[in-house]
Amino acid sequence: MSETLVASRTPGTDTPVPGASGASRFWRRLRARPSALVAAAVVALLVLVALAAPLLTAVEGQDPTTYHPSLIDSARGGVPLGSFGGIGADHWLGVEPQTGRDLFARLVYGARVSLGVALAATALQVVLGVAIGVGAALGNRWVDQLLSRATDIIVAMPLMVMSLALLAIVPESFPRTVLVTFVIGLIGWGNIAKIVRAQTLTLKGLDYVSAARLSGWGRWRIARRELLPGLAAPVITYAALLVPSNISVEAALSFLGVGVKPPTPSWGQMLTAADVWYQAAPQYLLLPAGALFLTVLALTVLGDGVRTALDPRAASRLRVGTGRRREAKAGETAHSESDKPHKEGNA
Amino acid sequence: MNGFGGFVLRRAVGTVITLLAISVIIYVVFYATPGNVAQITCGPRCSPEQVRQVTEQLRLDDPLYLRYWHFLVGILVGRDYSTGTSLEHCAAPCLGLSYQSDQQVLDIILTKLPVSLSLVLGAMVLWLVLGVGTGVLSAWRRGRISERVLTAVTLAGTATPVFVIGLVLMIVVCGEFQLLPFPQYVPFTDDPEQWAWNLLLPWFSLALIEAAAFARLTRASMLETLAEDHIRTFRAYGVGERAIIRRHALRGALAPVIALNANNVGSAVGGAVLTETLFGLPGIGQELVHAVKVVDLPVVVGMVLVIGFFVVLANAVADVLYAVADRRVVLA
Repeated sequence: MSETLVASRTPGTDTPVPGASGASRFWRRLRARPSALVAAAVVALLVLVALAAPLLTAVEGQDPTTYHPSLIDSARGGVPLGSFGGIGADHWLGVEPQTGRDLFARLVYGARVSLGVALAATALQVVLGVAIGVGAALGNRWVDQLLSRATDIIVAMPLMVMSLALLAIVPESFPRTVLVTFVIGLIGWGNIAKIVRAQTLTLKGLDYVSAARLSGWGRWRIARRELLPGLAAPVITYAALLVPSNISVEAALSFLGVGVKPPTPSWGQMLTAADVWYQAAPQYLLLPAGALFLTVLALTVLGDGVRTALDPRAASRLRVGTGRRREAKAGETAHSESDKPHKEGNA
Repeated sequence: MNGFGGFVLRRAVGTVITLLAISVIIYVVFYATPGNVAQITCGPRCSPEQVRQVTEQLRLDDPLYLRYWHFLVGILVGRDYSTGTSLEHCAAPCLGLSYQSDQQVLDIILTKLPVSLSLVLGAMVLWLVLGVGTGVLSAWRRGRISERVLTAVTLAGTATPVFVIGLVLMIVVCGEFQLLPFPQYVPFTDDPEQWAWNLLLPWFSLALIEAAAFARLTRASMLETLAEDHIRTFRAYGVGERAIIRRHALRGALAPVIALNANNVGSAVGGAVLTETLFGLPGIGQELVHAVKVVDLPVVVGMVLVIGFFVVLANAVADVLYAVADRRVVLA
């Protein structure tokens, strides 16, 4: 334990302290990475597009669900009329083959679904993960055993397969978007819980927490006032990586036809139908694929940037031969988990 | 109970307990749902008469723990299903009966398994070779342009969903340039050459993404190992950089890679579900998606169980391998 204390007091390698100074240092470090800045700008733009979807489609004068049979050539199997898949002043990105629905409208409304589901599911995962992780670390031996084994099992179960299976037993009438959010959120909390448990155990042994305990603070008050702030950095780091992963899972489920169902537009669902139309209307395939790629890439780069800004050791570890490595190693236990990218999302 | 043997034994016992816990959780989640379990099990198109039969066969009137016990007994020693007139025996490990296809779930899984194994094992070879190779290369070329390019490519790789890569590959290779026919599964035993050609694209689709994660991890792990004191000593003695990487650094760097490979079995299975659906390969993943769509509950539960068992076993094996590869690991 003394090693951890030494490491955390070494200038430049300390665990970020919450509060004003921590936040401003975080922003300074994040700004120092151009890639993270660009990614943050892209993410901000995407969020803006998602929020302003009704406004944007109103400007265009279209909506995502209206069929336009007059815009497709039913004699040729539903190919959009006009050049480049029906791109024009009325339909900025053309129309969907077979239905004639406006592609721009479906794309921007798809962003709402993607980001909405991913963010809500991440929030659920974080709440569950923190609650279970802290509970395991602070509970007695049996509580810890129970929660830790449950965490191990939930981590072992493949997220894709489990969410796929769970979608089978819920009646069709249940709103699909909410359902997908809950399924992803209820299954994907395992790694957060592991990280939080490890970090809480580390914090629990630190002097200031012992001091609080010795001065007669209750368990709950210590958890809220002394432990939770110390958990912020690893939780934010991991949550930032969960968002792109959740976006991929939602897209995958919708791609398989068990996630978000029509008429609600979703990028994954658009891709399912698109592959046979790639010659007649290539943008039908390229737009959702590109949007998905850009979103996940931007969020991943931003997540990496956030991690480096919150945990400089992650970056300095990769610099060969720095004298800091030894010290960094001592305090790394709680952070090493967050170095592993959450891989399920690329499934 | 010390030493390596004890460690393996403890892991084995722990694995068995985990497997049992998983079976309980899965059973409770799927068979203790509100709503008519018999109706869900039987499928949406079952008549009331069939539903009554299913209730009787699965003894759904029994309390939950008894029903789970029957289920467990079925897996361990087999059980009988009466279909009104005749008695059908379902031998161990009995995963139940699909009321929609009138087949035993285990038979369905066994007929689909070779396809999925072909896909995942072939892809695994590819992603390990590509991923570790790229990682070692970019650690070796650190700071140069080639490393920056590799890092960017692997980052893009981790950000691309498998079905996007697969879709693009399929359209470019099979559609636009017609270098390969659209994949169609040919059993290995029929024609190994056709088997490989047809699986080439699915292998690459699944492997490229996994490879990206391995490349990032191998690079980080290599850099860390290369910075250690004993490597510096080798350098001081004048050992060449290639020999250092090949003989000394790689071994130390591989332990986390093994761990990631086990952790990734789950994500690879998820990727396989998507790859199979995308390329129309008749494997477990495609069958699972189908079963979910038509709400064939016994098949869904059976497959989730089998996949869960595989993943847990893979993790346990990896733990042991990890300890073999890295002797610094504390056997706990």
